Order: sequence, then structure tokens, then C-alpha cells
Amino acid sequence: MTGQAGARVEDLLRQLAPQVLGTLVRRYGRFDIAEDAVQEALLAAALQWPEQGIPESPRGWLITVASRRLTDELRSDHARRRREETAAAQMPADELLAPSPADEVPPQEDDTLTLLFLCAHPALTPASQLALTLRAVGGLTTAEIARAFLVPEATIAQRISRAKQSIKESGIPFSLPPEPERAERLRVVLHVLYLIFNEGYTATSGPDLQRSELTTEAIRLAREVRRLLPEDGEVAGLLALMLLTDARRSARTRPDGSLVPLAEQDRGQWNQEFIEDGLTLVTGALSKTPVGPYQLQAAIAAVHTEATRAEDTDWPQIVVLYEFLERISPNPMVTLNHAVAVAMVQGPQAGLELLRPLDDDDRMARHHRLHAVRAHLLELANDRAAARTSYREAARRTTSLPEQRYLKARAAQLMDDA
Amino acid sequence: MKYVAMVYANPGAFEALSETDRNAMMSEADEYLKKFTDSGELLGGGYALADASTGKTVRVRDGVPAVTDGPYAESKEQLAGFYLLDTESLERATEIVTNDPAARFWAVEVRPVMDEAGTEM
Repeated sequence: MTGQAGARVEDLLRQLAPQVLGTLVRRYGRFDIAEDAVQEALLAAALQWPEQGIPESPRGWLITVASRRLTDELRSDHARRRREETAAAQMPADELLAPSPADEVPPQEDDTLTLLFLCAHPALTPASQLALTLRAVGGLTTAEIARAFLVPEATIAQRISRAKQSIKESGIPFSLPPEPERAERLRVVLHVLYLIFNEGYTATSGPDLQRSELTTEAIRLAREVRRLLPEDGEVAGLLALMLLTDARRSARTRPDGSLVPLAEQDRGQWNQEFIEDGLTLVTGALSKTPVGPYQLQAAIAAVHTEATRAEDTDWPQIVVLYEFLERISPNPMVTLNHAVAVAMVQGPQAGLELLRPLDDDDRMARHHRLHAVRAHLLELANDRAAARTSYREAARRTTSLPEQRYLKARAAQLMDDA
Repeated sequence: MKYVAMVYANPGAFEALSETDRNAMMSEADEYLKKFTDSGELLGGGYALADASTGKTVRVRDGVPAVTDGPYAESKEQLAGFYLLDTESLERATEIVTNDPAARFWAVEVRPVMDEAGTEM
């Protein structure tokens, strides 16, 4: 088996996974069993295709194999004999033997979106939404998901089976959510993709490099949603945000895994192709659709990427975008970033003023980022002793090793210089 | 976010419980571990530690290892066991731990596990 053939097969399988699952669920119902059957068919294909070649109708092959597994599962389950009979009655006999002509033609509807809505159903916990989305829509194996999230395989298996159990018990239908709910439900779908992206993006290089698979998968899924909902500005905004952020990937860590702040990154290393795609998407969305938080965050990322050198950054423009963002989607993290931008335009004191109200926010006052930003602004204001204290406080509160290393180094540097 | 839950108890604290309490504690502890393993929030089961006096303490100074028995601290609270949680937040982790029977009899400390992940600042 060549690595290239394996990679080609893997790409194809991930693309086909939601289509095959959609077909099976439409045909037999039983999302829970269908999902397992599709996983088994994907595994069989991943083993056989690189050796024996890709079948003429890969989709039909997968549907046939998955249908066989599904009916085997229903048959072997004596306690559910009744359901088996119902399912068997719905199924033409020859379907078990060869791909039916119906399997050869692409489906009329693309079920990817319906599956995404199902996996991001509000009845599921966020951890289950992520795991199920990656498996049922992304076609990743439980082992791959577990490796990416750094938890035991059994834990991911539990999250997936609980998610499927909840879907079954709540009797959630396999259809797009009704129109009045759709916008709100789409927000959850986008949030799940955003979380998958973040989980991968915040992983540093070195031993965790494999987690970059999550960002790649999140971008791939966001592209799928974009293909299915080309008119939605927030879908475009999210995809743009992912591309513009991921463009910085190779510049954001040193070979030893330590973090490089935005201002110190080698911008020549940024991924120009992603930047161009991201810029086109966000510009198009902002000019045509109602503005939303993902579009604004993407626009801010775009302003950063447009500066060839950190000192050329159009901070006044960033301030305006943060003001907008605070208006439509206020939260303390936005305030923090807004304060940094204001400090870059009006000086550190103005930024420090904006941070003050956050001390009254209980959660924020304990968050390392507030202390890190304050330290940075105090350093800009040349209040070295106070900056050092804030860097230390931030280092004490972060739970990220690379961040802690960075914050301690800043504190130590202020000591050395003194 | 991952958290480690550490059970602290005096050596001999378990034996000091009444038989009813001991039995209740054992079966509740099993149920507790199962319940949150099934929810996908408790990772890899729980680990009870042998008495501290059965262990060794390692110190390497100037390249010279010194391995000593113990510690022996009969009366002080010691780490008696631990398990790993993976939850949305510290609030959720502590909410789970309130179900641990060890928290009813002794004390369970919940601490975040440092992560290799981070964002550029």
C-alpha cells in the first residue's frame, strides 16, 4: 500500500461518509445502528481500497457493505426481532448482494447539512456534539478523535454512544430543522465547527502536531457548509476566520513548541493561499449579507494579515471593528481585545482604563488573559514593576504550559532589564 | 479541560469507619466511577494508592540519586487516590466530585491539569 493511495482513499471516504450515512438513515431509519454500520464500511474500505483499487462506484460499494452490516446487526439482535422484520420488509432482497442502480447515482439531496444539524442538536452536550460530528459527518474513527482530544478511546466511544442514545430517546427526526428554528440551530452547528477548529489550532507543534488534523477537518466541514449555504454571511465569515487564523499556523510556534506573539511572527511564513481565500470570503460577505460576529472576527483577522509588518497594522480600523463586535456580541473577551487595540491607537493608559470594569466580573478577574493583557499594557506604559507583577499573576493562573512559559519569560525579562 | 481529583485522607481513616459506612462507601464509589465514566467525563477509572509508607521518595542532587523509604506521616492527611476528569469547566468538575463518597467522609481536591495547547498572546 502506498501512502499516497492511502491518503487518496482517506479523502474520498471522508467526503462520502455523510452521503452514505444519509442514504442509510433515509432507507432504514435507526441513526444509531446506521452510524455504526457506516463506520464499519469505512474501515473495511480503508483497508481494502488502497490494496485492491477503488471500486467503480465507491459510494455504491459503501452503501452495500454498510447495508449488509446494518441488516446483520438487526438480524443478530433477537430482542429487536420486530424491528428487523420491519426493516427487512422495506428492503429489496437484491440490495444485499450488489449495489443497486439507485446507489450509483448521486443522491437528490445532500444529507450533510441534515446530519450536521442532528449532531449539533441542543439535546446533546457540547463534548458529545463535537465527537459525533467528527465521526458521523467527518468520517473520522473513534481512535482518531480520541487521539486528537487526548482522551482514552473508551471515553470518546461513551460520548458517541450517549449522543446516539439521546437522539434515539428524544425522537429527533432526520430532517432539516423547521424554518423558524433554523437560524438558531445553524448557530450551534457553526459553533461546533468553531470549537473543533480551536481545539486543533491551540495545540502547539511537537508531540501534539497530530491535532492539526482537527483544524483541517473543521475547515473541510466549513467548506462543505459553505457549499450548501452559499448565501449565508456567517458561514462565509466562519470559514474566512478559520482560514485567516490557520494561515498563521507555521509562524505561531517555534520548533521547540514555544509560542510566538502575533507582533513577532515572521509574516513571510503565513499561508498566502489561505489569506487570499479568507479575504475574498469576508469581503464578499460583509458587502452582501447582514453583519455577524464571525464576519467581524474574520474582518479583524483580515486587517492583521494585510499588514506586511506588525508596525503597519491599521489599528484604528481594528478599533472600529471591535466597537461593532462589542455592540452585536458583547463579551469580556471582546472587551479585552478591544482594550489592546485602543491602547495601540490612543496609548496604554486608554487601554488600561477599558480593562478596569473587567475586575468586577468574577470569572474574568480570575482569568489569566486579563492579567496578561494588563501586564502587556503596563509594560507599554513603562510601569515595569506593575507589569512584572501582572505577568506573574497571569502565569500563575494559566493552565497552558506554552503560555505559562511565555508569561514567565516576560516577567523574567523585566527583572533582567531593571 | 482536564482536571485531576485527588482524595486526601488520614491513613487508617477507612478502617475507622463503621462497617455500614465502609460498605456504603465501597458500593457508592463503584457507582460513582461507573456513572461518570459512562457520561464520558471520567477518564480511565480511579486509582487508589497504597499506604504512603509502602512507597519510596526519589531525590537526585548533583546527579546522585537518593532513594528513601516512605514518607511515613501516620497522622497527616495523605494522597489516598486520584482520577482524571475531562469536563467543560471547573464548575462541572466540582459538581461531579460532590457525588464522590470520599468527599463526604474526607476531602477531594480538584486541580486543572496543565495543557500543551495555548494561543499566541
